[in-house]
Amino acid sequence: MPKFLPTPVNALMRDAVTGRVTRRDVVKRGTALGLGSAMMGTLLRAQSIGAQATPGASPVAEKPVGWSITIPEGLRTDLKGKKISVVLGADGPGAPFDQACCDAFSEATGIEVNYIKGAELTDDRLQFYQQTFSAESPDIDAAQIDVIWPGILAIHAVDLTDVYKSQGTTSFQRIVDNNTVDGVLVGIPWFTDAGILYYRTDLLEKYGFSAPPKTWQELTDQASKILEGEKGANSAFTGYTFQGKAYEGLTCNSLEWQYSYGGGTIVDENAKVTVNNDQVKAALELARSWVNGISPQAVTGYAEEDARTVWQGGNSAFMRNWPYAYSLGAADDSVIKGKFDVTQLPAGEGDNATSAACLGGWQMFVSKYSKEQDAAKEWAKFITSKELQKARAIERSNLPTIGDLYKDQDILAANPFFGQLFDTFESGSVARPSTPTADLYNEVSIAYFTAVNGILSGQKTDIGATLSDLEGQISDILKDL
Amino acid sequence: MSGFREPGGGNDARSRLLPLKGSFMGTSATDAATTEPANAQQARRSMAPSSGIGRQQERLGWLLVLPSVIVVLAVAIYPLLESFRLSFTNYRITRPDRMRYVGLENYRQLMQDDVFWTALKNTIIFTVSSVALETVLGMAVALVIHSQFRGRGFVRTSILVPWAIPTVVSSLLWQWMFNDRYGVINSILIRVGLQDKTDNFSWISSPTTAMGAVVAVDVWKTTPFMALLLLAGLQVIPSDVYEASYVDGASKWQQFWQITLPLLKPALLVALIFRTMDSFRVFDMIFVLKAYATETMTVAIYAQQQLIATGRVGYGSALAVVIFLCIAVMVIGYTRLIRVEEI
Repeated sequence: MPKFLPTPVNALMRDAVTGRVTRRDVVKRGTALGLGSAMMGTLLRAQSIGAQATPGASPVAEKPVGWSITIPEGLRTDLKGKKISVVLGADGPGAPFDQACCDAFSEATGIEVNYIKGAELTDDRLQFYQQTFSAESPDIDAAQIDVIWPGILAIHAVDLTDVYKSQGTTSFQRIVDNNTVDGVLVGIPWFTDAGILYYRTDLLEKYGFSAPPKTWQELTDQASKILEGEKGANSAFTGYTFQGKAYEGLTCNSLEWQYSYGGGTIVDENAKVTVNNDQVKAALELARSWVNGISPQAVTGYAEEDARTVWQGGNSAFMRNWPYAYSLGAADDSVIKGKFDVTQLPAGEGDNATSAACLGGWQMFVSKYSKEQDAAKEWAKFITSKELQKARAIERSNLPTIGDLYKDQDILAANPFFGQLFDTFESGSVARPSTPTADLYNEVSIAYFTAVNGILSGQKTDIGATLSDLEGQISDILKDL
Repeated sequence: MSGFREPGGGNDARSRLLPLKGSFMGTSATDAATTEPANAQQARRSMAPSSGIGRQQERLGWLLVLPSVIVVLAVAIYPLLESFRLSFTNYRITRPDRMRYVGLENYRQLMQDDVFWTALKNTIIFTVSSVALETVLGMAVALVIHSQFRGRGFVRTSILVPWAIPTVVSSLLWQWMFNDRYGVINSILIRVGLQDKTDNFSWISSPTTAMGAVVAVDVWKTTPFMALLLLAGLQVIPSDVYEASYVDGASKWQQFWQITLPLLKPALLVALIFRTMDSFRVFDMIFVLKAYATETMTVAIYAQQQLIATGRVGYGSALAVVIFLCIAVMVIGYTRLIRVEEI
């Protein structure tokens, strides 16, 4: 649970959300602190939720979703009454928080926000965007876009450079660069993502391992030993879960394997294909040995949530996933609460071996077909602001794109691993080749994950031949660049 | 209106045996002009109106079908022609400005595309095995629910439940039943001793069993539909034929092969057309269970991938055209079979 700094505003906020003060006290103390009307509105809303949630004004009340949101300064209020439709996260554990963000924005600016829940699989969401925007439809004003899409969606984007500059904060430069296509900022960095390794501290201790694995081979050995010992008592137990389904998530996983073995980034910055070499082969040979070994055969059908379900049910020793699984695993109703930790992903072996985390993350995009571009820009400014990134980090364990926030005590209290993995998040992650492949990225990625899925599932038995076919396929695709 | 009366006389029995066809042709507006009972083809040949009233009626007829013609043109013919047109272009959804005609280039590429051939092979395996199983099972079910027994109405209704469940829902349902750790199928196999507790066999993820698993889901879902169509066919077979054969001393088995099956053939063929077309276009169920995995990729999934996921509209359209042609060939083949039956 996060601790608050004893600043007067935060103290007032805390009292408000826990229902320990009356409405009148909020106004009195707020006025004394010289708060603006937007902040005051938030406090009053927090108070009303807090008072409802805690009829007895108990000091240890459950916090309502969105309790940590503070409204950034300098939002326009002259757009009152406008309506915008925005596509945010999928329905699921994150949806109530996204809804709380919309409500807070509406309250502060008077702009009505229609929250459209995006598809759960990122591939499906891109298809929806492409169809909507190719038809030049004004139905979507702003949308959450993946880090690999700026090249694909650039032709539909409003340039957000000025909005980003007006925020007065700096996001990680590599993400800003990634989101800039021909000088146009296609999306404002909102939160970032990187693959990390989750491990069960209790099981590592039980089987005598003093530290989490440093290399993939070590992970294999530790997982085998733990699985051997645990499966007698729990037949559903498995050693390692990751995302092996034939979809974009597998491209992320497999890129981490091959890059950590020094096998390149699928396509390098000069658009040269790097999938058919000994390092990639070594990485995929090890990965294939996991299936039906430390990982179940079913892992070849797992997306993020499938892997997390097994992990959070206490049925896996290790998991590769994004940071979002941290706050869910640490929640009060989780059976693995207090029994796990995270670290960077293991390294490969051989020359250029390194630890690699696939860069993920989301940006806020504004459509050029929107009829309410000013309101949509205001929304983008709000949702990607430092204040909202902070709230999202505290409540959703999503990684901020603003470097300063990694020193924020409230955030570190909620996510102790943020500080420790800062280097990974800032610069240690490997980006998918969406820049050199531009609008052909998806085609390359589909060819890649289809081949890797075939190798993992056992459909393709000759790894060397599969990789040489894949190299040919990707080269053919890139002829259209 | 006398022009829309049922054709009388000799046509009656045939229209009972061919419920679908009979009802379409029975409403031919020219029946009023020709006094003798005519079958459908003759009626079409005698379209030429002989009097003012005839001409007026014909105009009215055209006016009445006009809305449907417009709707069909707008939602079926136009998109179809547009697919044909796009299949000769290099159109990509991300490059609307660089679109140009490339002739048969997409089709040439398609012929050399290994994924396409794998998908086509998978689709044929899926179609043949699922339709064969559904037909046999559907026939058995139809025969059972056609016979007289207590609670028949309840059984007839409940048998339709799998067909009534939306495909995506039933796919997810089966995904859980096939789950390697918690699924009911493995649980049963463990209980009867066919599997060990620690096997955790994944029916959907193992490439050798994946196709069998998706066929099983399809059979479960569409057998009721097959049974329903066949039941409709069974109900129009007159009972006196059976009585006569009973008097002649035919066994139940002989009755099935000599009477039921030949008289059921038209209904059976209609059911087969529906099911073959549907299976050939299968997308949703397999996509939910297997996404783009190679071992179960069908032509429809590949077309979706090319058209929508990668935005290669030109190439994807060529693929869609090929699927359309395959289905057209199948339908023509089936209708030939039906027509042979009619003569």
